[in-house]
Amino acid sequence: MSPLVQVKNVTKTFSAGKKLLGKKSVVHAVNRISFDMVQGETFSIVGESGCGKSTTARLVNHLLTPDSGEIWFDGKQISAMNENQMRPLRADMQMIFQDPNGSLNPRMRVEDLVAEPLLVHTGLSADERLRQARELLEIVGLSAKHARRYPHEFSGGQRQRIGIARALTVRPKLIIADEPVSSLDVSIQAQVLNLMQRLQAEFQLTYLFISHDLSVVEMISDRIAVMYLGCIAEIAPKAELYRNPRHPYTQALLSAVPVPDPAVKRERVLLQGDIPSAVHLPEGCLFHARCPLCTDICRRQVPEPQDLGGGHVVACHHI
Amino acid sequence: MPEELLLDVRRLRTEFSQGKKGSVVAVNDVSFQIHKGEILGLVGESGCGKSVTALSIMSLLKDTPGKITGGEVYLEGKNLLECSEEEMRKIRGENVSMIFQEAMSSLNPAMRVSAQLVEAILLHTDKTRREAEEHALKMLAQVGIPDPARVGRSYPHQLSGGMSQRVMIAMAMSCDPHLLIADEPTTALDVTIQAQILDLMRKIQREIHTGILLITHDLGVVAEMCSRVIVMYAGRIVEEAPVQMLFYEPMHPYTKGLIASVPKLGSGVTSLPSIPGSVPDLSMMPPGCKFAPRCRYAQDRCREEEPPLAELGGGRKCRCVLVQDKEATVQ
Repeated sequence: MSPLVQVKNVTKTFSAGKKLLGKKSVVHAVNRISFDMVQGETFSIVGESGCGKSTTARLVNHLLTPDSGEIWFDGKQISAMNENQMRPLRADMQMIFQDPNGSLNPRMRVEDLVAEPLLVHTGLSADERLRQARELLEIVGLSAKHARRYPHEFSGGQRQRIGIARALTVRPKLIIADEPVSSLDVSIQAQVLNLMQRLQAEFQLTYLFISHDLSVVEMISDRIAVMYLGCIAEIAPKAELYRNPRHPYTQALLSAVPVPDPAVKRERVLLQGDIPSAVHLPEGCLFHARCPLCTDICRRQVPEPQDLGGGHVVACHHI
Repeated sequence: MPEELLLDVRRLRTEFSQGKKGSVVAVNDVSFQIHKGEILGLVGESGCGKSVTALSIMSLLKDTPGKITGGEVYLEGKNLLECSEEEMRKIRGENVSMIFQEAMSSLNPAMRVSAQLVEAILLHTDKTRREAEEHALKMLAQVGIPDPARVGRSYPHQLSGGMSQRVMIAMAMSCDPHLLIADEPTTALDVTIQAQILDLMRKIQREIHTGILLITHDLGVVAEMCSRVIVMYAGRIVEEAPVQMLFYEPMHPYTKGLIASVPKLGSGVTSLPSIPGSVPDLSMMPPGCKFAPRCRYAQDRCREEEPPLAELGGGRKCRCVLVQDKEATVQ
C-alpha cells in the first residue's frame, strides 16, 4: 500500500530579522526530515517546545511550504501546489487545534460552525448541511439539542468535541491534531482521547498527532517520531520506542516524565542546560551539548539516520 | 516524632463576589497542616480552588473580588488573617514565599535579574547593598545557574523558561523562608527542564528543611515529590492521604477516577477509563455531594446532603458517605 503522506527531506526556515551589515539571521525550524504515514495509522510527533513539531504539522497541511524537499499527500506532490490547486484537497485533510477557544468563532452557533466546512467543500443544501452537523454533534457525544448554542456556553472538553465534529464533517482521510488535549484536565483528556480512537475506527481516519506529552502519545499512537531542534532523532513503532529507546535524547525524555506511581524511583538521565537556539544551530549532532554520550565525532559530524530494522530509525553516532 | 508544625489552615473559606448576582464560594471549609521539611501536594483540576487556597494563605486577594470570609491560617503559631498589610509584607518572603507558574511574567521585565534579587534581600534583611549583591549571586549559583554573574546582568526576556523559574526560586529562597508555596511551578516547562526544577526543589527541601506546599494538576509530579496529598474538588477537600495510600488505595470516587484517567508511561494501554461529565460551575453547585452528578456510585442521599470530611485513621480523610459506611462496618 502506498503511503498517504510522504515527507521527503524537508527543510523549513523562518527569517528572524536582519542583523548588522544586512546579514540575515534565520531560524532553522525543520531540518531535512523524512517520514511516511500509511492509511489508518496514528503517527505522532513528540518533542519539547521549539523542536519543530507544529511547523511539521503546518507543512503537511500546506499552511506552510517547505524551503526544500517534497511533501506528497494521497499520491500528489502538494509542496509545489499553489493555494488554488490545494483547495479541493483540503477536504481530505482537516485539523484539530490545541485551543478550542481560539479556533471556534464565538459569534457563530455551534451548528453553523460544524456545518461551515460543508458549505465550503460541498454543494449540499442548507437543510442537509444542518442535518449532518446535528448528526455529527451526536456522534462526538454532544446533544443535537445544543446545536443552537454558542461556543462560550460549553466547557473546554465540549468545545474540543465541537472542533472534532467540525473536522469530521467533510469526511477527511487525514486529521492533523496539534496538541488536541494539552489544554484539558486529565479526566476530560481521557474522554477526548477515547473519542478520537472511536472515531478513527468508525471513519477510517489517519491521524498525525502532535504532542509534548509522552504518556498521551503512548496511548494513542502506532508509530512515533521524536524531534529535537528541527530534526528527527528517532522513529519507531510505539512498543519498540517505549521498551527500547535508542537515541540518548529519547532516553532522557522518557526518563524525565514523572510517573504517577510513588513506588517507582527511577534512575533519571538529567539533561544539563537548555535547548540551544534554533538561530545558531550547533555544529555536528544538534544534541551533542546536552548529550551524556557525546564524543569527538558528535561535535564534528551530523549523524545520518540509521535503519535498525522493524521501522526503527535512529540518528546517532553511538548506535 | 512528627516534625514541628509550620502551617495550620483551619476551616478556610474564600468567596468571590459576582456583583449583583451574589457571590460564589471558591474555597469551602478547607483545613490542613504542613510540617517542617515536608512536601504536601495539593491536586485537583482547573477551578477546584487550589490556587485560591494558596493566594488566601498569602493574603494576596486584595485587588480581586475575592474575600476570605472564614477560618484561620496559622504560620508558626501566628494567625496571618489578623495581620495588617504591612505585617504581611514582612512575612511574605521572610517566613513564607511563593513561586508561580509563569515565572517570566512574575519577574519585572524592566529590571535586571540581580537588581530584583537585591531588592528583595534588602527589604527583608539588614544586609548592606554589597552583602546583598553577594548573596544574590550566591543564590543564583545555588539554584544551579551556570554563569550567575552573566545571568544576574540579564533582563528576564533574555532568559529561557527554565532559567527564569530558577531565578524565581532563587528569589523566593533568598531570605530563607520556612515555607514555600509553589503553584504549578513546572506546568509551563518542558519535561527535561521540569525534571531539573523538581530536582532543585527536592534539594531545597532536603538541605534547608523548607516545608513546601506543591500545587499541581499533574499526578506524576505528586507521586514523585510529595509525602502527603490533598485532593480538592469544587472548592472542597475530598480526600487526604499519605502518598502511597492515595495512589494504591484511593477511597473517594473522584480520586479513583482521577488516578485511573491518567495515562501511565510504559503501561501499553490504548484506552482509559474517564470520568463522565465536567466540573460543576461554582455558581450552580448541586446540593449534597458536589461530585454526585458525575459519580457512578451515587445514591439518593448523596444528592441530598453534603457528606463531612471524615477522619479514617492513619492520616486519611475522605468526604464520601459510602466510604464512611464501609469503614464503619469494617470496624
